[in-house]
Amino acid sequence: MSDKRAKHKSKYTLDKGIPGAFEGETITRRRFMTGTANGAGIIAAAAFTLPALGFAIGPIFKSNQHHWETVGTVDMFPDNNYVPVVLTVSPNIGEAGKTTVYMRKFNPEIDTDPYDQGTPYIAISSRCAHVGCPVRWVDASERFICPCHGGVYDLLGRRVGGPPVRPLDRFYTRVNGENVEVGPRFSVNSLLRRFSPRDPGEPLDGIGQVPHPSRPGAQKP
Amino acid sequence: MPRLPKLSAPPLPAPLQAPPPRPGENGKRGPVEETKEAGIAVVDWVDERTSLSGAGRWLMFRKVPQGTNWFYTLGSATLFAFLNQAVTGVFLAMYYRPDPAGGAYESIRYVTNDVFLGQFVRGMHKWGSSVMVVLVFLHMGRTFFWGAYKYPRELNWVIGVVLLILTMVMSFTGYLLPFDQRAYWATIVGVNINGTGPLLGPYLSDFLRGGSEFGATTLSRFYAIHMLLLPGALIALIGAHLYLVTKLGTTAPPWQKAEAPQELREVEV
Repeated sequence: MSDKRAKHKSKYTLDKGIPGAFEGETITRRRFMTGTANGAGIIAAAAFTLPALGFAIGPIFKSNQHHWETVGTVDMFPDNNYVPVVLTVSPNIGEAGKTTVYMRKFNPEIDTDPYDQGTPYIAISSRCAHVGCPVRWVDASERFICPCHGGVYDLLGRRVGGPPVRPLDRFYTRVNGENVEVGPRFSVNSLLRRFSPRDPGEPLDGIGQVPHPSRPGAQKP
Repeated sequence: MPRLPKLSAPPLPAPLQAPPPRPGENGKRGPVEETKEAGIAVVDWVDERTSLSGAGRWLMFRKVPQGTNWFYTLGSATLFAFLNQAVTGVFLAMYYRPDPAGGAYESIRYVTNDVFLGQFVRGMHKWGSSVMVVLVFLHMGRTFFWGAYKYPRELNWVIGVVLLILTMVMSFTGYLLPFDQRAYWATIVGVNINGTGPLLGPYLSDFLRGGSEFGATTLSRFYAIHMLLLPGALIALIGAHLYLVTKLGTTAPPWQKAEAPQELREVEV
């Protein structure tokens, strides 16, 4: 009995009792043929499936190309009111690739947050942090108002009412001679601490940072 | 597991069988009879080479339980709505251009205003999608309240739920295609809602958009999903769903008594 068990552990087909086995054979010819045919089939199928899958899933890992766009001259933007400018975020698709950004000069009396120091201009995204409708700056009440579900933001873009989960996103700004340039987008939490750009609806306060991590495509500039 | 009883193919119903010859006519063959025989000959030619008439009888002349009522037509109504969407969709696809830089909106404007019956076909497609969603939910409700999801029909119910999800995704992807303001913002909102899911949400919304922003390939992606990926999956699963319905039969309504009434029972002589 133990003899048979020892024989089953051996790698030779002769010992396993397979009929038609040759001495010194470790794999039967039938098994070898079947395995080779299956392997070739898998390689052929992978040859057209993997590129197709890569096509579909690839954009998830594509990193955004940072570019800086000139939006106006240094005297176009006051420091107590917002001026809308149009930015192209996706090239070559016409109106669908453009977004509105509200620009204001940095004001040390208003922008007292420690995270904000050093920015020449404040550029606030018009994309609501709830589900992405375009918000509108209302000068009379000094608020950004979202028409879709009633989100309200204050002068600094912080949420003061409605369903949004974090303040409005901002853009990096710099001055190039006489021109003001707007760069990549970044997200902020309610303390105005900066994060890599997130989608609307992702809270970033406290525990909210854990289920909504930064994505591989969004590098910190 | 007990084997399900094997039912033989039902015979041709009486109205479809050939009528007996009238007395005194000696099998007269006028033009009407010749036309009928020509039609039968064509069907016989195909049937001899495919054996499809057996499958046809199995599908169309199957037995249904006593108490079957009009609610049972909701499934066929959903199928009809889907076929309407497929046919009108094919004709719309002949004119539509998936170009986000203005060509998409222009092609739909052309279909609506300048093509003969274009407004009608586009309207059938647009309203047909709402009709289909309503019918899908009514059919699902009927199946649930009749208890028609129980053994051995659980797999059919699962396929039905997958069909519901595919129908919803069809509606979502199709909504973007006219590329007007409503379509664009509804898609932005819908994709962002997907992105709020923890951990994997942003990856799902990136997959739908084709990137982290609404870009050049987003409209093409939605169009390919709406025209190719989902109709293929829908047709395959509807075929499986219909096969299971025919094979397993339909159930009687829950209030139907299992015993036949006294006068219909056979009596041992």
